[in-house]
Parts: sequence; C-alpha cells; structure tokens
Amino acid sequence: MTPLTLERLQKARASLTPVALLTRLSDGEQHLFPEDAIPGALADAAEKVLFDDKAANVTLDGEAWFLQPHNPPLRMIVVGAVHVAQALVPMAAGLGFAVTVVDPRRAFASEDRFTGVTMNHDWPDEAMEALAPDTRTAVVTLTHDPKLDDPALDVALKSRAFYIGALGSKRTHAKRVERLQALGHGEAAIARIAAPVGLDIGAITAPEIALSILGQVVARRRGK
Amino acid sequence: MSDDILGTAAAWAAEGEQVALATVVETWGSSPRPAGSMLAVTASGRMAGSVSGGCIEGAVADVAKQAMQDGKPQLLDFGISDERAWEVGLACGGKLKVFVEKLG
Repeated sequence: MTPLTLERLQKARASLTPVALLTRLSDGEQHLFPEDAIPGALADAAEKVLFDDKAANVTLDGEAWFLQPHNPPLRMIVVGAVHVAQALVPMAAGLGFAVTVVDPRRAFASEDRFTGVTMNHDWPDEAMEALAPDTRTAVVTLTHDPKLDDPALDVALKSRAFYIGALGSKRTHAKRVERLQALGHGEAAIARIAAPVGLDIGAITAPEIALSILGQVVARRRGK
Repeated sequence: MSDDILGTAAAWAAEGEQVALATVVETWGSSPRPAGSMLAVTASGRMAGSVSGGCIEGAVADVAKQAMQDGKPQLLDFGISDERAWEVGLACGGKLKVFVEKLG
C-alpha cells in the first residue's frame, strides 16, 4: 500500500465516508471506490461490498481482486420529534444506529422528551444537507407536516440513503407525491419512499409503529 | 473493521518505521478471524492486530519482513492440508488466504 493510498483511506474513514479498498492480489495494485475511476464490473462489486458491509473476492479479466469495505456506523435521521420518535429512537439505537432527531420546533425537540439524544433544531432541508445521508443512512419523516417533511424528503431523495420512509396514510402520501413531483422528482425516485411507512403488522401504538418501521429498515438493509 | 490497525500502521510509518500489512482475504471452515482482518508489523518487530487466533502470526511476520525488503506483495495460503500450515499450527481446521504487502 502506498503512503498516499493509506492517507486517502484514513481521510475517508475520519470523515465517515463509506469507502472500499480494492486490491489486485497479483501485484498489490490498489484503488479506492468510489473516488477512483475503475471498470464498471469492479465498481458494481465494490458497491455491493459496501452495501453488504462484508469483504469479498472478485475475479475480473482473469485477475483476482480483494474488496474490503470501510464503512462508518449506520445512521438514522428521524425528522419530527413526535411521540413515535420517542419510541423509535431507543429501539433504533439498540439495532446499532447512531440516531439524530431533526425538528426546529423546540417544544417537541426538547431535552426533556429526548434525554441524551443527538438533536438538530435547524429547518429540515438545512439539517439534512448538513447531515448528508449516505448509503449507510436511513431517513424517516414523522412530522405529518408537509412544511417539515417535504424539504427533508427532497434532500433524502437526492441522496443515496438506503431507506427513506414517510409516515402518513395512502391519501396523505398521494398528495405528497404530487408535491414531490412538482419539485422535479421522477417516478423511480418517489418509489424509493416507503409509505405508508413500516411493515404491515397492524401496528397501533407508538412502539408498535416503531417496530414496524425498524423491521422494514432491517429488511431493506439486508436486501429483502 | 473497528480497530484502527491502519491508523497504527500510519503512526509507525510516521515515526520512520518500516511497516508491512497483512490482510485476511479469504477463509474456509472455522477460521478464527473474518476476511478483512489485519495485522501490521514493523521491521523492528512491533505488531498490531491479528489475522488468526495467534497460530500463523509468526509465519506471516516472517513473510512481512521479506516483503519489506524486496517490496513484493505475497499471497499466502494456510490450511489443514498444507504441511507448512500444520507446522505453524493452524490447529482449528480452518483454511485461509493472507495478503502481505509493504507500506510505502
């Protein structure tokens, strides 16, 4: 490994950027994904390695490559410091997510209601841009208020977040889809949104809704 | 990979040490450390991390010293059917491949 490759790798890791180290086993030639220009098949394999968070061996044009992911911790951005969020946050933390709750309404997003939780009181578009969702990030909007949910979803859809879920009924979502289309989001982008959010387990209480959301997040993450 | 072997290796290199890195690239059976596990060694004999439960670290360190001298990376096979591996004691019954490269 060259000192430059090590320096770039360490820099990516320090900035919590998902990066894969690709090593050609015949001669030790190395690339970083996604920073370096590499053949498409290798890039696809590197993408999968990052998604699975598991190292892999790939043979391409007769050359054996070792692909090693260097992933930051999983993150969850919860927009809306509402009742469901209070149930969702500790359960998500238990599943290994570093959680940030976004809500400019300080009455909701109070230390009292979310003791010890990382809070962001900026407007959701600003907060989301600062938090920069990546392939290791799940985004869940819970406010029920288009003024807050829409800007968050707008940024989420432009990101590579592995999960985007939005609370609200089918009717609410249909209206939301129209607004997101007006913002320029196409069918494929909008199809990324899980709405109504969560697996259909007949959830009623806040912890049950949180469970259905997390079940869906895990399923998405594991490619189910 | 949570433990920062790369950080340790970088720090050693910054101190002027010659450093080599060994990475588990493939495992079969009951190998103790998963693919991606790393060991950093210096020419002066410092070691950080691991590529097995301790059974093959010595052999890997020898190859690492060679890699530091000639700059050539090596892909090593260890396994129960491999006599050399038996000598160095991979008694767990697993098999693994380790890639050894010089840092620099």
